[in-house]
Amino acid sequence: MSIASERPLMSAKNVRTSAAAWLERRVAGDWSEHDQAELDAWLAQSPLHMTAYLRVDAAWNRTQRLAVLHRPASDVAARNGWMFPLMLKVAAGFAALAVLGFVATNYLQRPQERTYSTPLGGRETVAFSDGTRIELNTNTVLRTRMTAAERTVWIERGEAFFRVKHDAAHPFIVIAGNRRVTDLGTAFLVRRDTGRLEVAVMQGRVRFEAPSAQSASVTALLTPGDVATATAGTMLVTRRADTALAHELGWRRGMLILDDVSLADAVQEFNRYNREKLAVADAVSDMRIGGTFRTSDVQLFARVVQDVLGLHVRNRGTDTVISR
Amino acid sequence: MADKPETRSEGINLRPLGAVVSAPDLTDAKAWFVREVLPLEAMLTQYLRRHWRNKHEIDDLCQEVYARVYEAACKQIPHPAKPFVFTAARNLLIDHVRREHVISIEAVADLDTLNVALEEPGPERSAIARDELRRLQGALDRLPRRCREAVVMKQVDGLSRREIASRMGVGEETVKRHLTNGMYALADFLYGERKDSGS
Repeated sequence: MSIASERPLMSAKNVRTSAAAWLERRVAGDWSEHDQAELDAWLAQSPLHMTAYLRVDAAWNRTQRLAVLHRPASDVAARNGWMFPLMLKVAAGFAALAVLGFVATNYLQRPQERTYSTPLGGRETVAFSDGTRIELNTNTVLRTRMTAAERTVWIERGEAFFRVKHDAAHPFIVIAGNRRVTDLGTAFLVRRDTGRLEVAVMQGRVRFEAPSAQSASVTALLTPGDVATATAGTMLVTRRADTALAHELGWRRGMLILDDVSLADAVQEFNRYNREKLAVADAVSDMRIGGTFRTSDVQLFARVVQDVLGLHVRNRGTDTVISR
Repeated sequence: MADKPETRSEGINLRPLGAVVSAPDLTDAKAWFVREVLPLEAMLTQYLRRHWRNKHEIDDLCQEVYARVYEAACKQIPHPAKPFVFTAARNLLIDHVRREHVISIEAVADLDTLNVALEEPGPERSAIARDELRRLQGALDRLPRRCREAVVMKQVDGLSRREIASRMGVGEETVKRHLTNGMYALADFLYGERKDSGS
């Protein structure tokens, strides 16, 4: 080979650290043409620079795809979740915007009654003068009646996160079909799918009432960590860890957090948010997957499924089909 | 696995005849380096470790092998990559033995008999990805907590340095340090040898 050069052995640590620092600078935010020219000059100085940079850059790109599969550390989840005060400030900011942009869709309803809705993939926050905030997830419709005497929300479909300023004199009630959730000082989540209602409590307490097969209704008092699932005639209350609840709220920052779920369930979750639908072949629908994805990034999910589960992903019209 | 080691050892001493010559395009050389050479790193460092006494110099040697094969690839892309890389490694070791005038009989003997399994293992892509995932999982777990937080915010949430700083409640310089360290460590974990303890 004609490539034996007479360089003294250089410290790989130094050159790799410099390469990492360049990469950090490139992805940090404001990267100008001038910066690019500086980087190019540095790379041209030595094949050591070039190869160290290619190495760290390739690793970073490669891991980016896989990083989404890393179950978020609970500290990160908590920080970004509903407990994080900064997020509340941000949410409040959005809320103000949301209220402005949200011309109530139905002026002609009874006074104080309004309907709010989000399209597929949408997300909105509504703030009320009493300090209560409601965040709507994708494809959600709800109606509110806020008067001096009552605070009632009807959830027609979809999912919403409620952070309620408790006021014993004016109970806050969420109604879904024939079921009723009464706030007792709380942050909670209500999700209404066809034939199924889920209520999860993050803070405080709620009372959940559902009619049973018998005439008397079933009432459950839910405390933080409780998740009640009601289908026609049944109600099941389970407890979930804080992290699992934080995952359920991933959508509040546009993320879908899957924790070892079946491919069929994962696909169903994605389809709640996007017009381009995913479909999964029966043969592989039981395979498990976990990870953190942007709710809108179906393509990333498809690539991960392809790479990590080794499945076949193809497009059929606007849909994406996963099979063996 | 245990078939015909002799023929293979010939393969690493010389570039195979009839090698395909590609156009010397820099983009090609870069892509070739990332695609063909980097995945060999674990094997390459193991090889260097086996044949070099000063264990502190393994990374330096590895980086030097990279520089050499990349320079060569800028002129002509070597096919296949693996024998070429290991030949470069071998030559580098010989150069250094000579330069240092510390001719270790042991080292030379090893060099003469050095042999690397050259058949492509050809595992399924999914298996590679799963292996990578395990490595990455390990890599992320081993990063210091704050460093990991910064990496996740960058990689998963796609935040800028400034946004990460404000979320973490620290200065941008701190975030910069976390990310630089994180990038360095991830590259080592992804391409480097399996290590029992963090380095």
